[in-house]
Amino acid sequence: MSDLLKSYRFREERESDWRKLDLILTRAENNGVKALSDEDMMALPRLYRQAVSSLSVARSISLDQNVVAYLESLCTRAYFFVYGTRASIGERIMDFLRRDWPACVSAAIGPTLLATLFLFGGGALAFFLCMQDMDWFWTFHGNSFWEGRNPDATVDYLRSTIYHDPTTTGDGQLSSFASFLFNNNAQIALFAFALGFAFGIPTAWLLIYNGVHLGSMYAVFWSKGLGYEFTGWLMIHGTTELFAIILAGAAGFVIGGAVAFPGRMTRLASARHAGQKAATIAMGCVIMLIVAAILEGFGRQMINSDVIRYAIAIGMMFLWLAYFYLPRRDEAKP
Amino acid sequence: MNATVPHAPQTLSRLQIEADQRRRARMLETQRQSKLARELVTPEGAVIHLKLSTAAERAGAFLIDVAIQWAIVIATSIGLSYAMRAMGSGSANVAFAVWLVFFFFVRNFYYIFFELGPKSATPGKRALGIRVAARNGGRLTANSVLARNFIREIEVGLPFQFLMMGGTGVSGWIALLGLVWSGIFLFFPVFNKDKMRVGDLIAGTWVIHSPKTKLMGDISSSAASQALPGRFAFTPEQADAYGIHELHVLEDVLRNSTEEVKSQVALRIRTKIGWQPQPGETDIAFLEAYYASLRRRLEQRMLLGDRKADKYDTR
Repeated sequence: MSDLLKSYRFREERESDWRKLDLILTRAENNGVKALSDEDMMALPRLYRQAVSSLSVARSISLDQNVVAYLESLCTRAYFFVYGTRASIGERIMDFLRRDWPACVSAAIGPTLLATLFLFGGGALAFFLCMQDMDWFWTFHGNSFWEGRNPDATVDYLRSTIYHDPTTTGDGQLSSFASFLFNNNAQIALFAFALGFAFGIPTAWLLIYNGVHLGSMYAVFWSKGLGYEFTGWLMIHGTTELFAIILAGAAGFVIGGAVAFPGRMTRLASARHAGQKAATIAMGCVIMLIVAAILEGFGRQMINSDVIRYAIAIGMMFLWLAYFYLPRRDEAKP
Repeated sequence: MNATVPHAPQTLSRLQIEADQRRRARMLETQRQSKLARELVTPEGAVIHLKLSTAAERAGAFLIDVAIQWAIVIATSIGLSYAMRAMGSGSANVAFAVWLVFFFFVRNFYYIFFELGPKSATPGKRALGIRVAARNGGRLTANSVLARNFIREIEVGLPFQFLMMGGTGVSGWIALLGLVWSGIFLFFPVFNKDKMRVGDLIAGTWVIHSPKTKLMGDISSSAASQALPGRFAFTPEQADAYGIHELHVLEDVLRNSTEEVKSQVALRIRTKIGWQPQPGETDIAFLEAYYASLRRRLEQRMLLGDRKADKYDTR
């Protein structure tokens, strides 16, 4: 036995434990934490600590590159597993819905108000400009007609675009229309979030642009005396959809503000801090837009009563406001 | 060898110059490598060396992922079109609706789904042996994964849109300016030392190597078990002929090289240390035995705080 190297004897004594740890990690990486037995979970911390101390020793006594490289990779994998998150995807989703999302939204009231101002400011500007002179409509929209919903259309035609004859439209058309709108809006919302990185300026522009479209369209219907009906048509899903777009803009502003004015933190730390909160808000926007698309594609096309439309709009608005802003019990358990 | 024999000054300086040149080249190489090396101190106080992934690897992983995404989308389109044909023309709209929503989720949630998994890596990243990790060594939270992937929209989507805008005259110039502006985001990883995307910066993450190294047999043990005792008895001078650098090169040769290279290396070592081949001695057996005795000698010296860096290191 004296013929063996010290570093080899060191390795020989610990190798079976390293391999055991390796096996547990491989199983966990391939099949998730649930694949591990109770004994594995019990053994893991001890095996991990032993591997880490083996690494320190091996670096100072062994010149076998393969052993050191192996321990290095084993310890890295073990570290990320031992100190990584073990929550399942279901638990993460529940955490998100119950705590993270409303907390992040209610913490960003300032940016939300700013985004509201940009969206409705743009809308109001376009509305009043169009009311004074309808030529502005063509400036805003160019030649892209919204299925003929322009100042030249007759009152009857405009009215027909607000209400639908349930017998003529098939279900298929509605669902494809809804999913098209969802796809479009959700992509815009994610865009508004991501553009926040450029100090929030493109986000502001995107909000104003959407507001102008909305306001000029509103002016067309208002000038023909269809304001009340149009509001119902728009708001049945609009309270959800516009709220989502405002929140996406707010998420952009959260990042933009953190990058532009980091305060006492370093710019990098500030961006990281804000980025995680803003991403939570943006994820929530995607969920809100799914709800909005369902309301728009099905609810709006099938419900032709103004009163019910208004009721749904106001109901949804209250639901979101209560979900986000109502103070809730602090669930931070020890 | 012998202290009483004076070295000719010319040969000494030539040797010295060669040693310095070799060391300098090695130092530059380690310096280049260490630009991507980061240290992580675990709560146990041990240091783990992490290696950041290069921008080229990131791009490669991204291309693989995009290819997989397209394969998924195309496969679903074909599947849906068959289903549509079977169910009649009325279902076209439903199929289109399903496809659109599916497309959105593949586009935006493919990365999120895989990076939230136990491997913290998309299939493309896994193929190249890299993974996402939190920059502060802590947990990789779901929020970070969402943030780093939603930002992709301006890194890849924005330049693409400006590229598609094209146009002539003024609009062409605007598109070009936009392309340059958005290109800053796209090429962000090339310009910072941590190789972070904008998304990594916002999310507080980076992408590191996570190679799965295999534990191979110890060469010194196979030498000890095979060789007859006393067959390879190297003198202390012979065992001192090389340093740690050469030992590591010899390890690589023994583990990865062809027979031809091994016999060439064996020849050079025999010449250098003045070893007379014994009858029936194979190159492999000689190399393994020499590796074992060189490592024993160097490890002994290392335990006493004396690292012999290479063969020029004579003290």
